[in-house]
Amino acid sequence: MQDVSHFHAVDPLLKVENLVVEYAVGSKIIHAVSDVSLQVARGETLGLVGESGCGKSTLGRAVLQLRRAVSGRVVFDGEELSAMRGEALRRTRQRVQLIFQDPIASLNPRRRIGDIVAEPLVIAGVKDAAKREVLVAEVLNAVGLDPALVAGRLPHEFSGGQCQRICIARALVLKPDFIICDEPVSALDVSIRAQILNLLEEMKARYGLTLLFIAHDLAVVKAVSDRVAVMYLGRLCEVAPSEQLFAHPAHPYTALLLAAIPVPDPDVRPAERVAAGEPPSPIAPPSGCRFRTRCPRADQRCTSEVPELRLMAPGQYAACHHPLM
Amino acid sequence: MSGPVLLSVEAVAVDLPTPRGNLRAVDHVDLALGAGRTLGIVGESGCGKTMLSRAILQLLPKKARLSGRVLFDGQDLARCDTTALRKLRARSLAVVFQDPMTSLNPVLTIGTQLIETLQAHLELDAHAAWQRSVDLLAAVGIPAPEQRLLQYPHQLSGGMRQRVAIAIALSCEPKLLIADEPTTALDVTIQAQILDLLAREQRRRHMAMILITHDLGVVAGRTDEVAVMYAGRVVERAPTAVLFKKMRMPYTEALLAAIPKLGAAPHTPLPAISGRPPDPTRPLGGCSFAPRCRYAARRCKQEKPVLADAESPDHQYACFHPIPIALAEAM
Repeated sequence: MQDVSHFHAVDPLLKVENLVVEYAVGSKIIHAVSDVSLQVARGETLGLVGESGCGKSTLGRAVLQLRRAVSGRVVFDGEELSAMRGEALRRTRQRVQLIFQDPIASLNPRRRIGDIVAEPLVIAGVKDAAKREVLVAEVLNAVGLDPALVAGRLPHEFSGGQCQRICIARALVLKPDFIICDEPVSALDVSIRAQILNLLEEMKARYGLTLLFIAHDLAVVKAVSDRVAVMYLGRLCEVAPSEQLFAHPAHPYTALLLAAIPVPDPDVRPAERVAAGEPPSPIAPPSGCRFRTRCPRADQRCTSEVPELRLMAPGQYAACHHPLM
Repeated sequence: MSGPVLLSVEAVAVDLPTPRGNLRAVDHVDLALGAGRTLGIVGESGCGKTMLSRAILQLLPKKARLSGRVLFDGQDLARCDTTALRKLRARSLAVVFQDPMTSLNPVLTIGTQLIETLQAHLELDAHAAWQRSVDLLAAVGIPAPEQRLLQYPHQLSGGMRQRVAIAIALSCEPKLLIADEPTTALDVTIQAQILDLLAREQRRRHMAMILITHDLGVVAGRTDEVAVMYAGRVVERAPTAVLFKKMRMPYTEALLAAIPKLGAAPHTPLPAISGRPPDPTRPLGGCSFAPRCRYAARRCKQEKPVLADAESPDHQYACFHPIPIALAEAM
């Protein structure tokens, strides 16, 4: 069990404590999230980064109770979300929304945009259709779409970027406190990505949001996050303020990720010999430190002892027996 | 252009009939690539880069009409018959796609696919083909290759499958490899490994490569020359270092500026390009980028700019109001 006490964020809106999420595939068990604890302060954007299979999307869904954890707690604004059911859960969920990766797949192809964006209001019990129309128009305008041109059309008439704007509008219509963005821009072209990232920042300021921003692209994550958490194979490797993480990573996996990023500058040579090998399977993760099979610093201790998150520098935590600092 | 020209694409255009009218997917593209060199083709979705690669490979959809010439090793591929093409494709011209499952047959083992390819095109006997397959898999960094040969594609990870697809592509020692977004679907650490692998094999075999991507970061470190495409045309072409340091076409500048930079502080607003690429079934009268270009003037909306030389003939761009050189050098 990881000691959570050193995660003390000022005024945490979300607290995740010792979360374990597993799921069965046939007779095998996938250890998607293994004892993860983190906090998100009110008004902050926490970036959650890692490669495929690290568990970041599963963690996002587990926070929303879309996937039940095996153990651990999720506490939202002081209330234990993980213990809620039925009406209480439904009501609290209105304050936490989710934006997905594939904007086109997230919209029901048979429904008109106006109805799609109004649906959360319907579910929340806003019975007055005129009032719903006003709220929908307000939020569509906020995301840069003209409701008169957009509300009566179907999703297939829009591009990926526009669909993502619609998804963001839908997520905002209930004026939530917290939005989990799961790879919101990876399916979009570069020029559209920048538009959507700017939009998210603008919406965050306008609606006073707190964000959990999940992505695999470090540069994208850095652009919008105050602090960043790095995951590998179900565990947290490092958590630090953005600038600090990128300038002085403590965990070898963070350093590996940074070295692997292609930089759009021809004078920067691609790093020689980025660590070999592939991530092991989450069905049989390595004992001790899960990164040890690809880590140039690994030794016997890393095989037998699971490293715990420890304070490395102000605000910077890493789970490593041989950190870079 | 140093060295002999291996591939010469001349005034190639691809037209596709659609219910909404003719779609000009590729609009008069000229390219040249020397042996052993790497050309990066960069652009966003719908710019025509994939259709261009299919035009080179003669793998266009049935309804497509190709005009222009594609000269490979002296032969015009557009005029070759199917037998000649098949031989060329196996021995000299290879391709790796974004999704390895485009190249791999899901119901055959890796071994069967590799060995079949080798036997068909290199006329090796079964034992020699087996040994060669083991060596190829080892060369692309797959551990325990003998066991992998007995496995099916679904038993391998995405990165492994892409390595197998590369092994198959390289198996007959091609002179040119076209890699269409080969790492887009892969994690960044695996991407780096695959790109290193391609670069290594290219050096060893003195193979030319066309690397198609939307990622300017990938292009910066791994290509000799870059062609930037927008709305079916090449809008700027230059040796890589020159492109990044002396770009003239505003789209290139905008594309580079829109990428979040690792060195920037968090919450720095990104200079986004407003609007989106034009509908290819309704081509615009003037420059296709004009509606989104911050430098656009009246001429840009009425006339289509053609590629013209910058300070040197190996750097060309299509723009009436290119970024001033002083400004470009300051970047």
